[in-house]
Amino acid sequence: MSEHTMISVDGNEACAMVAHKLCEVAAIYPITPSSNMGEWADEWSVRGRKNLWGQVPDVIEMQSEAGAIGAVHGALQAGALATTFTASQGLLLMIPNMYKIAGELTSFAMHVSARCVATHALSIFGDHSDVMTCRMTGFAMLSSTCVQEAHDLAAIAHAATLKARVPFLHFFDGFRTSHEVNKIAPLSDEQLKQLITDEMVAAHRARALTPDRPVIRGTAQNPDTFFQAREACNRWYDAVPGIVEETMREFARITGRAYQIVAYTGAADAERVIVIMGSGAETASETARYLVGRGEKVGVVTVRLYRPFPGQQLLAALPASVRRIAVLDRTKEPGASGEPLLLDVIATLADSGRSIQVIGGRYGLSSKEFTPAMVKAVFDELAKPEPKRRFTVGIIDDVTQLSLPIGPELDVEPEGTVRAVFYGLGADGTVGANKNTIKIIGHLPGMYAQGYFVYDSKKSGSMTVSHLRFGRHPIKAPYLIGANSASFVAVHQWRFIERLDVLECAAPGATVLINAPFPKDEVWSRLPVEFQQTVVEKRLKLYAIDAVSVAKATGMGGRINTIMQTCFFALSQVLPREQAIAEIKAAIKKTYGRRGDDVVHKNWAAVDAALANLHEIAVGKADSPLHLLPIVPDDAPAFTKAVQAVMLAGKGDKLPVSAFPVDGTWPTATSQWEKRGIAVDIPVWDPAICIQCNKCAFVCPHAAIRPKAYDPAALASAPPTFKSMEAKAPELKGKKFTIQVAPEDCTGCGLCVVVCPAKDRSNPKHKALEMAPALPLFPSERENYRFFLALPDLARTTYPKFDVRTSQYLQPLFEYSGACAGCGETPYIKLMSQLFGDRVIIANATGCSSIYGGNLPTTPYAVNPDGRGPAWSNSLFEDNAEFGFGLRLGVDALSEQARLLLYQLAPKVGGELAAQILSSAQVTEQEFAAQRGRVNELKRRLAQIDSEEARRLLGLADYLVDKSIWIVGGDGWAYDIGYGGLDHVLANRRRVRLLVLDTEVYSNTGGQASKATPIGAAAKFAVAGKAVHKKDLGLMAMAYGHVYVASVAFGAKDAHTVQVFQEAESYPGPALIIAYSHCIAHGYDLRLGLEQQRLAVDSGVWPLYRFDPRRSEKGELPLVLDSAGGKVPVMDYLRNETRFRMVEKLDPERFKALSEMQSEHAAQRVALYQKLAELRFPLDRQAPAVKAQAVAGGEE
Amino acid sequence: MDLSTTYLGFQLPHPFVPGASPIVNDIGAVRALEDAGAPLIIMPSLFEEQIACEAAATAQAYAQGSESFAEATSYLPSADLYRLGVDEYIDHLRRIKAAVRIPVIASLNGVTPGGWVEHARHLQQAGADALELNLYEVAMDDEESSLAIEDRLVEVVRAVRAVITIPLAVKISPFFTSVAHLAKRLEQAGANGLVVFNRFFQPDIDPETQEVRRAYPSHRGEVLLRLHWLAVLSAQRRLSLAATGGVHSEVEAVKALMCGAHCVQVVTRVIKGGPSVIRELRQRLADWLAAHEYDSVRQIQGSMNLKRCPDPSLYQRGNYIQILQTWDLAAKETF
Repeated sequence: MSEHTMISVDGNEACAMVAHKLCEVAAIYPITPSSNMGEWADEWSVRGRKNLWGQVPDVIEMQSEAGAIGAVHGALQAGALATTFTASQGLLLMIPNMYKIAGELTSFAMHVSARCVATHALSIFGDHSDVMTCRMTGFAMLSSTCVQEAHDLAAIAHAATLKARVPFLHFFDGFRTSHEVNKIAPLSDEQLKQLITDEMVAAHRARALTPDRPVIRGTAQNPDTFFQAREACNRWYDAVPGIVEETMREFARITGRAYQIVAYTGAADAERVIVIMGSGAETASETARYLVGRGEKVGVVTVRLYRPFPGQQLLAALPASVRRIAVLDRTKEPGASGEPLLLDVIATLADSGRSIQVIGGRYGLSSKEFTPAMVKAVFDELAKPEPKRRFTVGIIDDVTQLSLPIGPELDVEPEGTVRAVFYGLGADGTVGANKNTIKIIGHLPGMYAQGYFVYDSKKSGSMTVSHLRFGRHPIKAPYLIGANSASFVAVHQWRFIERLDVLECAAPGATVLINAPFPKDEVWSRLPVEFQQTVVEKRLKLYAIDAVSVAKATGMGGRINTIMQTCFFALSQVLPREQAIAEIKAAIKKTYGRRGDDVVHKNWAAVDAALANLHEIAVGKADSPLHLLPIVPDDAPAFTKAVQAVMLAGKGDKLPVSAFPVDGTWPTATSQWEKRGIAVDIPVWDPAICIQCNKCAFVCPHAAIRPKAYDPAALASAPPTFKSMEAKAPELKGKKFTIQVAPEDCTGCGLCVVVCPAKDRSNPKHKALEMAPALPLFPSERENYRFFLALPDLARTTYPKFDVRTSQYLQPLFEYSGACAGCGETPYIKLMSQLFGDRVIIANATGCSSIYGGNLPTTPYAVNPDGRGPAWSNSLFEDNAEFGFGLRLGVDALSEQARLLLYQLAPKVGGELAAQILSSAQVTEQEFAAQRGRVNELKRRLAQIDSEEARRLLGLADYLVDKSIWIVGGDGWAYDIGYGGLDHVLANRRRVRLLVLDTEVYSNTGGQASKATPIGAAAKFAVAGKAVHKKDLGLMAMAYGHVYVASVAFGAKDAHTVQVFQEAESYPGPALIIAYSHCIAHGYDLRLGLEQQRLAVDSGVWPLYRFDPRRSEKGELPLVLDSAGGKVPVMDYLRNETRFRMVEKLDPERFKALSEMQSEHAAQRVALYQKLAELRFPLDRQAPAVKAQAVAGGEE
Repeated sequence: MDLSTTYLGFQLPHPFVPGASPIVNDIGAVRALEDAGAPLIIMPSLFEEQIACEAAATAQAYAQGSESFAEATSYLPSADLYRLGVDEYIDHLRRIKAAVRIPVIASLNGVTPGGWVEHARHLQQAGADALELNLYEVAMDDEESSLAIEDRLVEVVRAVRAVITIPLAVKISPFFTSVAHLAKRLEQAGANGLVVFNRFFQPDIDPETQEVRRAYPSHRGEVLLRLHWLAVLSAQRRLSLAATGGVHSEVEAVKALMCGAHCVQVVTRVIKGGPSVIRELRQRLADWLAAHEYDSVRQIQGSMNLKRCPDPSLYQRGNYIQILQTWDLAAKETF
């Protein structure tokens, strides 16, 4: 392979390149971390890239992974070459069908970026727990260790399955391989053609289901024959290892790259050997090489073919000298005698009669680091007289003492490898620039580059850490750049210097580049003393640039990436400086050339200015009075300080097992301790103009601006800059009023300023809220906010019903989430938490709302002063409606039990109290308060009664206060993967509220089309614009007749949203709210989100309505169309959003047709609703309950 | 009736040209215009500012949330799939060229010499038969003198002329101290034609909501300013002249032609009435000429310009005097 044809790609792209070449059909579904494979395949097909046989593969997104594998099964049975990409829960959804595909001996290769399966928590990161659950399906399993292998073994899997007939699951480590960028030699069409012949394809075709040669498959068999028939496939499985070996030999002949299904690296006379799969094998092999070079008798067996398990090859790979083996599994099987690979190895050795001591350990769950030091720890354990039979490596297990001690980091990489770590902000383009850098360097002959990117768990203001390696040898180091090993460290945001130990990774003598918003002579004195100490102790060379000023001066706005990239090249000397600058400029031309010369010239100017403004900082004494800012304040709870603060500091890896709850249960109300201070600008309130409408608080996605009305006396102790005014509402007469921003929780999205209707009439530009630079405001507003929070809230019983204004006096029990700045979903959740949060249990579908709702370290659901607040859980993506339904059933069972007991105990606790508790309405806040009071009295009386029943009722008494079940999720859940369950739950009459946060795409995984995506919108998997209309979920739900259904858009009509939420909550059956949620995946400045919502509603694209079966009982029409649109052209709405505009850019005529269809559809839909709104429905009668006596054999 | 005329060297069967407007964004409408007898197509201006603005907006939309979160390194389909800015415009030019046989004039807006001038070359390469350079700007920089502005605009014309060989028309606004002098300089810089005039963007305000609103479409009163300068320029210059703004019927067209226009651009009428307006105007013009015993458009062309009209002083200051003289009368009529 010539150097020039090598490319820098990540594992997902490397794998998808081959799969796309070798399939005719790809049925897919987005799931992290495999989504990109489907996206690549889709994009290539849209571009017209052809497969090996000159055909553009048909890439189709299904409603779930179960759907994807079903479609694949069909395509395969029809004789096509099909593939799919998935991971984790998605793979688990495919399992039933995988048994079928294998049982039918179907040639098929699928590709899995292996990911953790959710247990005590969800994790998107990599391990083998998903693929290991497929061991029994009958699939062959082929494991890649690196990006090149993800490419090569993909081809080998496709070729081998055609020969073997056994289907193949090809996998590689999620994130570590799927997202690592590395330099690979791509396979050419000619090479692939040599690997896969027409005869092989023809044999697959010959087995197709066709009426021209009819056969029947999928029969049902009985005890007489099933067993024998199942054994009939054995010879095919026996042949697989040989076929894969033969294919690998053929592959080596074609490409020069040789693989073995079981490979050995290490000393020929090794005594201690590790057996391992996946990317860890590369780390282990490199470490073994290093140790052998230092005289140790060690080796590593890399298992590539895992099923059918190649026992003979494993035995053959083990040197005769081996005395002990450690088998490492990247999965956990609780309760088993060992993890799967360990048991396979033990069984193989037992069968062979070879006497080798085998121990087994777990490593790397959820992408936990697996480093050379850990490999050495395992070898060291093997050398002990009594090694642990079962162990873990990579963590500190201080509970069951399973973990191995790990020594200092080992540098096993080739000499001359440059290791660089970059701390950036998601929004500053650091990762993009680094990917560019890898391409620049990787493109050069004889140079190799590797990149891996770590993101934090927040969607706004998130930190990115880029780990880049460069060198003159292929880079085989699938682990992060560890402590004391980076020769270059760049910190692109000053904020990180103030808060984090960013120099831990710096090697002694390393070069450190910081972006410092200060003159060069001031930089040293502005650094925290901890930073200064490290610079002095490690003798670091410190350079600084005021990149923000350079960016501004060169017209780059806030984009500092080009500037910092230039400084990296200038300082790191990976390339000669002139060559580096020329390469950067060429890359800029390539990236921005199409957007006009001005953009190119601006970037070039920024490159030149970067060099002129880069200064070496004289290292002084480490005597700064400044210290690293505390991660959480002193008054945080003990658990937050002991555990969450460590995670926030980026040192969660160091927490031992004992630090954690055993079952995944965590306290809520913890986001309040994470003061991120990410806003560049924050709103400033002007009481002189404010009209106290509270709309600012209503729209705030992060509950970071709040109103309060309070007693004037409270102001006595107010901080000097705390602002207030007379409360205007009649019911608040005599009180003071304040709008207060939470300065360090605000993300600076600006929605509050946009919505503010209060203008200064002689200077309409000035409103009651205006954005101002945050940095100078932090100290005073921090103090003001603390004071504000301590002011008492208005009693919840102040209002019998809530409107937009009054609802905002209720404490938000959802605050400071990690959602995107300007998020269109969270205002709905926040409103729900304000209205009902003290009595709600939330079932949350996987997606954005489960990530900003439940991604650690800190979570946003909060508690009120009584300690009540939303209880929250995420079951799965696909079963959320059922999960919430189950919560209802469970709560109902407990409250029924409580009611029963109360009925029985009525004579003892007081008949009147019991009757009141059992019969009182619980709808308004006053009623809830009264019921809580009665239940408290009940508890008091129960405590004095000594009986089993009384004690049981005491434990259940709180269930006499109604609990509300909210089932929350996005459109991917409600319209696609969870629709069946959602439909079933609606079909029952239980009191659940389903809130669909409809962003019209799968937002969390990056904007893939769902059935909620409107026609004409470009989304991933619908690149050219979706060709069918959005599913009318509301209409389908209305068809039941007994479901409360509403469509809301808070940015268009906030009062309507508040009304709907209260109506839904009071509805005695299932209620469905479909909530328009603007999203970054729509492609516009989210400050305009509210305006877009208005346009969606006014154009009729998003009609507002309420279908309330209760109205029929009152003789009214159940459907009320609250907004019929028709006020502005649909085009006014579409043109503002990139998702629609892109379609116009691709094909203006198609866009015109699709947008016309959307206009027509909007009009038709409104016309239909108008007709429905005239219909008088029959009374919603409930079927009489089945009496137990009526059932045969019923007991009473 | 011979309605033919010559504009930028193109022989036109009649003088009604659909002016640059968004209607041309639709290929179907372009075909309909040709079918209705439009003698050439003028594309809406490719605004340098708009390209930059759109590129920035698209870049922002793509940058939003990208490379920030492990589950999604982007939120929109790859931008590489879509044609942006100049590419999109050039593509559209190609589509129009493929759809019609009549000449197609591409249009560029730019007021400072810069990299965008290269777009002119690309437009010529993509098949533009001529270029209309739109020198529209709202000069609000209180540091830049009127001479500096004119120098800059002349420089722009020179730069564009240097990269293309196709005819070049320049569209200007009337807000220059000396339109006549500027026209001369533009001609010397290489312009082949002048389009008079750009409509000045005059936003309205809403006193109720205290918001700024979009301006209204043109009205026929606007033609007066055009007539004045057509009459002057057609007498002074050898440039092809196009009237644009305020031509709503054959009457304004006749006036414009008499003052020296070689063609009249119709925008508002076409947007409101559709492509068939061209056919209708052509017929009405023929009827008018016939009714007034003319044989051809050429006969009236320039007949009322500064050189040939019976009382040229009216174009100089006479109009003003006459307005004063008739004020009394007009007042009486009104009240």
